[in-house]
Amino acid sequence: MTQTTRRLLLAGTGALALALVASPVSAQKKYDEGATDTEIKIGNTNPYSGNLSAYGTIGKAIDAYLKMVNEQGGINGRKITFTSYDDGYAPPKTVEMVRKLVEEDKVLFVFNTLGTPPNSAIHKYMNAKQVPQLFVATGASKWGNPKEFPWTMGFQVDYVTEATVYAKHLLANVKDPKIAVLMQNDDYGKDYFNGFKQGLGKDADKLIVQLSTYEPTDPTVDSQMIQLKNSGANVFFNITTPKFAAQAIRKAAELGWKPAHYLNNVSASVATVMKPAGLENGQDILTAGYLKDPTNPLYANDKDFLEWKAFMQKYYPSGNLADGFNGYAYAVSTLLVHVLKQCGDDLTRTNIMKQAASVKGFQLPMVIEGIKVNTSATDFYPIQAVKMQRFKGESFEPFGEVISAEAQSQ
Amino acid sequence: MATTTTANGLAAVRRMSLGQGRWVWAAVVILALLPIIGGKTGFISNYGFLQLSLMIVYAIAVLGLILLTGFNGQISLGHGAFFAVGAYTSAVLIDQANWPYWATLPVAAIMCFVVGYLFGLPALRLEGHYLALATFALAVAVPQILKYRHFEWFTNGVQGINIFKPAPPFGLPLSGDQWMYLVVLAIAVLMFWIARNLLDSRTGRAMMAIRDHSMAAGTMGINVAHYKTVVFGISALYTGVAGALHAIIFEFVAPDSFRFELSIAILVGAVVGGIASLPGAVIGGVFVQVIEKYADALTKKITTAVHLPIDLEPWTIYGIALIVLMYTMPMGIAGGLALLWKRLKGS
Repeated sequence: MTQTTRRLLLAGTGALALALVASPVSAQKKYDEGATDTEIKIGNTNPYSGNLSAYGTIGKAIDAYLKMVNEQGGINGRKITFTSYDDGYAPPKTVEMVRKLVEEDKVLFVFNTLGTPPNSAIHKYMNAKQVPQLFVATGASKWGNPKEFPWTMGFQVDYVTEATVYAKHLLANVKDPKIAVLMQNDDYGKDYFNGFKQGLGKDADKLIVQLSTYEPTDPTVDSQMIQLKNSGANVFFNITTPKFAAQAIRKAAELGWKPAHYLNNVSASVATVMKPAGLENGQDILTAGYLKDPTNPLYANDKDFLEWKAFMQKYYPSGNLADGFNGYAYAVSTLLVHVLKQCGDDLTRTNIMKQAASVKGFQLPMVIEGIKVNTSATDFYPIQAVKMQRFKGESFEPFGEVISAEAQSQ
Repeated sequence: MATTTTANGLAAVRRMSLGQGRWVWAAVVILALLPIIGGKTGFISNYGFLQLSLMIVYAIAVLGLILLTGFNGQISLGHGAFFAVGAYTSAVLIDQANWPYWATLPVAAIMCFVVGYLFGLPALRLEGHYLALATFALAVAVPQILKYRHFEWFTNGVQGINIFKPAPPFGLPLSGDQWMYLVVLAIAVLMFWIARNLLDSRTGRAMMAIRDHSMAAGTMGINVAHYKTVVFGISALYTGVAGALHAIIFEFVAPDSFRFELSIAILVGAVVGGIASLPGAVIGGVFVQVIEKYADALTKKITTAVHLPIDLEPWTIYGIALIVLMYTMPMGIAGGLALLWKRLKGS
């Protein structure tokens, strides 16, 4: 009896040992559709035509970055094939192009597809097909929901996080805040507003004395601005897209209203907002950001900036060096390459999501120092920290500490 | 111009109804066999079947416009609007009321007929380019109406509606895309058959008489107003059914699917295919899907293949193709092919 047990035990141990030896061998190379020993296929959509084609430079810069990676030997010996289609920011076109990418071009995953409406249109499809929709180029908070959508992950600071930071900042800096909010009446506006209320805490409804909304199709926001001024508020949270942001800033100055003015990052642009609004009208406006603005003289001798500039000149010479979107593309591409390197030889879709969800304290280039990428199985928001910035003279000047809202996904 | 189109249009209808009927049916059978041949061998991907289905859908939409413009002489720059009404009718019924997809088709058809008929009433007072402008206004207005705040509870605003493709019934060994391709094909055959019979009837002849000389047609006792409005309704019905099918196979509708560019695309498809010809509708449908959607990809491929020193704009190829076609085949591809066939036979 004992003899048999011992023999069984021995055999068992032997088998176990064999299994242990064997398993790394079998796990060495694993692929899903779109990956081989020599190639990784990645898909993308961007608006290269239409009203929002200014964003298209992101796709071109990513393409240039991946060319550079391929020239330097690729990732673990594999070359990247990057296929990017024009969707003109039209959701139906995105659906069609993404179906082409997944079903015909057979990409391993799609990366940095751009825009909230286009990504919403493919959200369910990607998750039904179980193909990663990685690091999407939109700030909506709904991309960080691994429970319901485990195949979708955001990238940049989401609107909710950003608005929370403003709320905390104003509570700490403004005495007796009475807040007026101007909001674009759509998902983007509501996302910011909800985050803002969260940040203000339970007194939110008391602190906000006036909420005015506008439709993206409205010609101006003048009447809303008069309403907001008359509410007697001393804080103004400006949730608007560039055209309306410029109008609001100008109108506030015309009305002689000088509240503590928080402007959402969506419109924190010198060229498209501050200049049209009049630089003198925009002084001391506050915003928050995570990227280094390439036009800011502060970064003229910055290591990141110089490296990025060299990359642009060599691989994307037609790109605009004053365009922050190209810096954005550089940062997000770096994160992509980091995740793919981590995947090693296990290029399955499951492993890509797993590795994307286990980045710890990774500093991206062209992102302000101290703002790091952190993800986990429950945290699908890669960047969740910002630095406050104040408009002085002709540029936004970062000040204070990095403010992190690193939290678990909802 | 008008008389030659008439002659060609009539000839096309006659040809279809007489000698070439057999060829048409043979082509349909081959198309119907594609899922079995292509699907099993993997020769055509599911995405490929989606593309084929879309071509057929656009062919139905173009057919709607051809009935109106080619056979009744009324110009419309707003057929995208009827396409949208059909698509949303179907999508909302599936999404909100959980209707099976096939049951939404007749509703979309009736809905579009009514909308088209009602729109046709005031349109009676508008001739030629005034009608074109009125319909154009409709095309521009529809996406905005779909985004309207108080309709959001059922249209879902800018975000659009996601629906899921029906699975094939009876456990057929087909994928969803293949099954829907067959459904779309069957409906298209039915709708083309009805259109052919319509044009070959008294009604059809009255339609064409109105197109060629509405005053003369009136003198002969044709109720011009009645015919014009009804044809507007029928035309909207065709395009609306196409819209509903589009929503079902595409699994998604959004206001941006139906921008006025769609109306222009349908018109261009009709003109390029052959404005007064049923085969022209098929060619037009293929044109809308292939050239229009892939002009961009094609432009890129050509740029890299030929190593052009300049960056071509995405729509370059589309523009060039249109200009060339209009110069070489002013009566559309169908008309051009018919002419070519005649010459070859003659020589």
